[in-house]
Amino acid sequence: MNSFTNLFETYNWDETKQSIYAKTSDDVLKALSARKRTLEDFKALVSPAAAPYLEQMAQLSQQLTLKRFGKVIQMYVPLYLSNECNNICTYCGFSYDNKLRRKTLSPIEIMQEVAVIKDMGYDHVLLVTGEANQTVHVDYFKKVLELIRPHFAHISMEVQPLDLEDYQELTPYGLNTVLVYQETYHQDDYKKHHPKGKKSNFQYRLETPDRLGQAGIHKMGLGVLIGLEDWRTDSLFTALHLNYLEKKYWQSKYSLSFPRLRPFSGGLEPKVEMNDRELVQLICAYRIFNEEVELSISTRESPSFRNHIVKLGITSMSAGSKTNPGGYAVEPESLEQFEISDERSPTEIARVIQSQGYEPVWKDWDSCLT
Amino acid sequence: MFQIADTTFHSRLFTGTGKFSSSALMEDALLASGSELVTVALKRVDVKNNDTDDILSHLKHTHINLLPNTSGVRNAREAIFAAQLAREALETNWIKLEIHPDPKYLMPDPIETLKATEELAKLGFIVLPYIHADPVLCKRLEDAGTSAVMPLGSPIGSNKGLKTIDFLEIIIDQSNVPVVVDAGIGSPSDAAKAMEIGADAVLVNTAIAVSTNPVQMAAAFKLAVEAGRMAFEAKLAKAVSHAVASSPLTSFLDE
Repeated sequence: MNSFTNLFETYNWDETKQSIYAKTSDDVLKALSARKRTLEDFKALVSPAAAPYLEQMAQLSQQLTLKRFGKVIQMYVPLYLSNECNNICTYCGFSYDNKLRRKTLSPIEIMQEVAVIKDMGYDHVLLVTGEANQTVHVDYFKKVLELIRPHFAHISMEVQPLDLEDYQELTPYGLNTVLVYQETYHQDDYKKHHPKGKKSNFQYRLETPDRLGQAGIHKMGLGVLIGLEDWRTDSLFTALHLNYLEKKYWQSKYSLSFPRLRPFSGGLEPKVEMNDRELVQLICAYRIFNEEVELSISTRESPSFRNHIVKLGITSMSAGSKTNPGGYAVEPESLEQFEISDERSPTEIARVIQSQGYEPVWKDWDSCLT
Repeated sequence: MFQIADTTFHSRLFTGTGKFSSSALMEDALLASGSELVTVALKRVDVKNNDTDDILSHLKHTHINLLPNTSGVRNAREAIFAAQLAREALETNWIKLEIHPDPKYLMPDPIETLKATEELAKLGFIVLPYIHADPVLCKRLEDAGTSAVMPLGSPIGSNKGLKTIDFLEIIIDQSNVPVVVDAGIGSPSDAAKAMEIGADAVLVNTAIAVSTNPVQMAAAFKLAVEAGRMAFEAKLAKAVSHAVASSPLTSFLDE
C-alpha cells in the first residue's frame, strides 16, 4: 500500500535534526515573512534560532488564529472507558507491567459517568482506553457509541489503532474523530519505549492515519509525546505527516496535540525537558506553518500556563478531566493514567476563557452530521 | 428595498454569528448592523433545546430573520437531512446551503450543491447556496429553483476582498435571482465595492466578529453597504486614467 511509510523512509532522523539546529535567524525572518510556509520554514520556526523571535511569533500566531477560528475555544472532556492494557509503555500509568486493578466500564457505569459529564455542560466527549483487544474491541466500541450517541453532539476516540475495516464499521455509529499519537517518530527509541504488545509495531501505528483517511473519518488528531526524544525533530515529523495527510485525505480535518510527559506512579523521567517558553514556541510554529489546523491543550498543563495560552493559537481545551475509568462517578479514587495539573472545574475554566475576551464553545458539531 | 422569494429586506447587509467573543457582543453588533437576515450554523446551536440555546436566545428580535446554514456537511444527502432538521427545529424553510467537503479551505462543492438545491427547492425550501463565482453554475442553480445565489468574493474567512470581481460582474449581469456576495469581504470598502458593481446584498461575518470593536465595525459596514448601493443606483461615472479631448477621432465629420 502506498502510505506515509514510503515518504517517511526517505528521511533520516539525524540529518533532519541537524538541519533544524543549523537554521539561522535569517531563516527565521524569512519564515515569518513568507506568504505560504514550507517545511523548511517550519524547521526554522522550531529551531533554537527562533527563540529571540518568540513575541513576534506569538503575535502572528494570535492574528492567524483569530482570522480562522475567531474568539472562541472549543471545550471537550475525556471519558476513560478502560485501563486494561496488554502493551508495555515505559511512560504510561496503565502499562501492562504496572500493578493496578484493571477495570472496563459496563454500560450502566458508562451512563453514570455520562450523567456527570453532561452536568458539567459538555457536548463533546473523548473516549479513551488502553489496548486490550480481547475485551475492549470493535464490538465493545460499537455498544458504547450506540449508548452515548444520543447524549453528545461530537464523539472523539483515543483508543488502540484499528484496522481499516474496523474504522469503516465504527463511523456509521457516530464516531466523528480519532486521535492517534505516534509518541515518537524516532524508530529505535519507539522500540525502547514499547517493548511488548501490539503497540511495539511502529509501522502499524505510523500508517493508522492513512487507514483513518481511507475510512473517511471527519477529523483526526496527531501528535508526539514530548519528553521521549528531541521535540524539535519529532515535531518536524509531525508536520511532515500532517502535510502528507492533508494533501492525500483532503476531506478530513486535522488537529494537533503536544502533551508533555507527566509524572505518574512508578513513572519514567523525561529524557528531554521542554520548558514553557519552548512549548509556546512550538504552538506558535504549528499555527504559523498551518493556519487551518486545530490545536488542542489538555489538563496536563498548569493553570497559569493554560490561562495565558488561550490567546496564543490554541483552539480547543479540556477541563475538569479525570484520567481513570470511573473517575467522574463510579470509582473516583482509582489510579489515574497520569496526574493532571490543572484541576479547575469546567465552569472556572469557562470564566477564565471569557475573562480573556473569548467564548467557550460547548457544541460545534451535531449528531446529524456523520 | 429588495426581495428574496417572498420576503422584503430593507437592509442589504446580511451577517453571520460565528467567531464572536460572546453572544451578548454578537447581539449588539448585529443590532448595529441593521441586518435583517442572520445566518446560524446548525452544528453550533442546540436545536433540541432552542428556547435555551445561547446563540438563538440572542437573536430574538422581530426584524431579524434566521438563515440556518448547513456548514459541516460534505454532500447533498447530508445537506438535505440538515435542512429538514433546521426547518423542523427553527420553523423556517430558508436554508443557506454550504457544502464544503474540504475542511481546510472550505471550498464549496458545485456538483453536490446543485443536486441539493434541486431537491430542496422541490421540497419547498428557500435555498441560498454558497458557491464559487461561477456564472454557469449560477444559471444552472436558477434552473434548479434557487431563490438567490451566494458567490464568494475570495476564500471564506480570508478577508481578501473581491478577488473574483470579473466573474461576479458576469453573474450580476446575467442573474434573474438576487446575487449575494458571500465570503472574503474584509473591510467596509470591499462591501461598498460589491454594492457598486450591482450585487443585491453582501454577507459579512469574520470582518465584524474579529475586529477590535465589532459593534462599531458593524455600523461601518451598514453605512458602506448603503453608500455602495446609492452609488450603484446613481450610476457611477466610468473611471478614466487620463483626460481626453471631447472627440479627437470623429471631429473631422463636423468640419
